[in-house]
Amino acid sequence: MSTVEAPTKKRAQITAKTLRTDNWLNYPIFIVVLFTAWVGYATFRSLMGKYYWVEEYNYLTPFYSPCVSSECVEGSAHFGTFLPELPFFIPLAAVSLPFLLLFRLTCYYYRKAYYRGYWASPPACAVREPHKKYTGERRFPLIGQNLHRYFWAAAVVVSLINTYDALLAFTDADGGFRMGLGSLILLGNVILLWGYTLSCHSCRHIVGGRLKSFSKHPIRYRAWTLVSRLNERHGQYALITLGSLVVADLYVALVSGGVISDPRII
Amino acid sequence: MSYQAKFRVWRGDAGEGELVDYTVEVNEGEVVLDVIHRLQATQAPDLAVRWNCKAGKCGSCSAEINGMPRLMCMTRMSTFAEDEVVTVTPIRTFPVIRDLVTDVSFNYEKARQIPAFDPGDAKPGELRMMQEDVQRSQEFRKCIECFLCNNVCHVIRDHEENKPAFAGPRFLMRIAELEMHPADRSDRRNIAQEDHGLGFCNITKCCTEVCPEHIKITDNALIPLKERVVGRRYDPLVWLGAKLGIVKKSEDTPSA
Repeated sequence: MSTVEAPTKKRAQITAKTLRTDNWLNYPIFIVVLFTAWVGYATFRSLMGKYYWVEEYNYLTPFYSPCVSSECVEGSAHFGTFLPELPFFIPLAAVSLPFLLLFRLTCYYYRKAYYRGYWASPPACAVREPHKKYTGERRFPLIGQNLHRYFWAAAVVVSLINTYDALLAFTDADGGFRMGLGSLILLGNVILLWGYTLSCHSCRHIVGGRLKSFSKHPIRYRAWTLVSRLNERHGQYALITLGSLVVADLYVALVSGGVISDPRII
Repeated sequence: MSYQAKFRVWRGDAGEGELVDYTVEVNEGEVVLDVIHRLQATQAPDLAVRWNCKAGKCGSCSAEINGMPRLMCMTRMSTFAEDEVVTVTPIRTFPVIRDLVTDVSFNYEKARQIPAFDPGDAKPGELRMMQEDVQRSQEFRKCIECFLCNNVCHVIRDHEENKPAFAGPRFLMRIAELEMHPADRSDRRNIAQEDHGLGFCNITKCCTEVCPEHIKITDNALIPLKERVVGRRYDPLVWLGAKLGIVKKSEDTPSA
């Protein structure tokens, strides 16, 4: 009795990098342009060392919050100036900015974005990546992505400080209630920052995702449900807050530099 | 309303083959699988194609249509312009048997390696689950095992050498489902990382993008599983808590 040989096991030999016909390059290009421009702006502004505080209206830009160096302009240091004068390459908000940067760098949404945009790993779905070898997030330095929850905790503290700054922008020098366009911009920015921070995947895990049984923990289940709803829009918050941070900072810089005047509402 | 569509279909076996051009009739309301069947009936009787339910529920007709992994039965022809060339190729990650049919046995081998549900000492009929606990894993149970997620995942799509160490999104999702199960007694976090390659995943979300059942594989299975693994292996506070006896450590599931 004759037997039939099974066919050799090989993938279909298709040489094209991809057969996709849609505009798959749009997303990685958008990410590279947006992130590069943002990092450039944020580096420039956080090292600029001026135009970050408007004394008249208590406006402090989030890029200098909390201002903790002895160089900080009088009135802008709400939590003391426990750091000495810093070299030019260290921002005045040296206690918050590195953690915020690491929070965003290890964020699950940003990881997707920069792995696709900068590292082409992969550039888009079903598009061949250029790397010969791939080891994922199992080794140093990428194994450090697993510390995301700690940077999230730091981001919660900084968001509380930003909230304090935004509320302060609704007061005048005597502590009375005042409101200008800047107060609303700073408040809007803080609300979006909370949206980004609370929609974080690590937050979702800590709040209730780590549980095996929801029915035994009804309050945490409720909290998890709320965070899950926010989490669906985590990527949107991640991108929107890049814009809101720039808007808030630029507005404070322009008012502080006397380029524009702040329209007063109350 | 009918029109003549231009199709390019990969034909060949044992890996060797080429894209062959065809012009095929398309009628209103048809999907790609209908056109492939017409092609088979009228011009290419030896064209191999795997299909079954024609309703997006069996997961048999996975292919790559214009480069994107999709089910042929769920891809409407109305999504293409009439003058557009529609390219249909076999799913790229698995070895081809003939034409559009691939050997997906990799997935069944991986499935066998996932330790089964472990109810501990509970006897049949004793387990009770509340709706909120059922709901969580119900999303993952929608999986039709079309293996488009495993096909699109660049970890094995672009790196064949990673196949022994990586179970793919479909089976990492299965581990997540069991890990979240309130009645399951096993701690699967170590094996998820060590044996099934969760650390390879860099969460680029392609599995979620191609899932025909719209399961949020990355957000609801892979990232929660990664967070659980962090708690087991990489969190210094949990480690300290375990050393001081504050955090209870459960037994690891033995490796397969």
